Amino acid sequence: MIATIFFYLFAAVAIASAVMVVTARNPVHSVLFLILTFFNAAGLFLLLGAEFLAMMLVVVYVGAVAVLFLFVVMMLDVNFVELRQGMLKYWPIGAVVGLIVLGELALALVTWNINPNALVTAPVAAASGVSNTEALGLLLYTRYIYFFQAAGLVLLTAMIGAIVLTLRHKANVKRQVIADQVARSPATAVEIRNINPGQGI
Amino acid sequence: MLGLPHFLTVAAILFIIGVFGIFLNRKNVIIIMMSIELILLSVNINLVAFSHYLNDLVGQVYALLVLTVAAGEAAIGLAILVTYFRNRNTIAVDDINIMKG
Repeated sequence: MIATIFFYLFAAVAIASAVMVVTARNPVHSVLFLILTFFNAAGLFLLLGAEFLAMMLVVVYVGAVAVLFLFVVMMLDVNFVELRQGMLKYWPIGAVVGLIVLGELALALVTWNINPNALVTAPVAAASGVSNTEALGLLLYTRYIYFFQAAGLVLLTAMIGAIVLTLRHKANVKRQVIADQVARSPATAVEIRNINPGQGI
Repeated sequence: MLGLPHFLTVAAILFIIGVFGIFLNRKNVIIIMMSIELILLSVNINLVAFSHYLNDLVGQVYALLVLTVAAGEAAIGLAILVTYFRNRNTIAVDDINIMKG
């Protein structure tokens, strides 16, 4: 009963804030509503018993992705009013496409039922007596270790790509050149002068 | 009692909002990327819901991989956006036609 109440609460807030994400006038508000959507989706995940993914959603999406969006929105000095021009022109076609997809999804949802044979094709049930996080770890680090490594590679590629894309070498900034430092010898670095007493150079 | 259709309906509505957002904000690439995040989130809700109701943990493993890809996509996309803004001083994406693609 209480789960049902919380489901409707989370679902309603998630959908309302998702609508605000795409219609908000100020992109900063959009990002904040996106964070609210993610929090409520994490609540839905909790209702489904996926505690690890719920916490992951809060950490990764709210803590990293949404803050990245916020950072970019605030860093770039963009004229957002100009970008909103033409919105009135585009919303009918967006609504038409959205309604068509919604209708198709509704058709799929109404006529959908589980194939009884699908259930007997050896689903990987959670190990009994352990928490969701532990069960997921037992599966992820054994059977799906290669997928886990591939996910790590994707993140590494994203990190290197983001650095390469945004790194700038300014021409007039002095930089450390290790090779030049190592190649220095006393012959090039030290100059010996003979100075008479009582006189400067 | 809560059933699978409840969660599928929420995910479908979030998906539609994401698609609608892409059409609505055709110039503002930041909002477009946020709409893509919404779409990926709805897919994740589907995966976790099926994982729960079919008692199959693989769905959650897959949702984790989708989460990873979404994070990487956001990072790369925003990096491209920052570079584009430096060069063109705008983020209006509906007039990117230099490559004549």
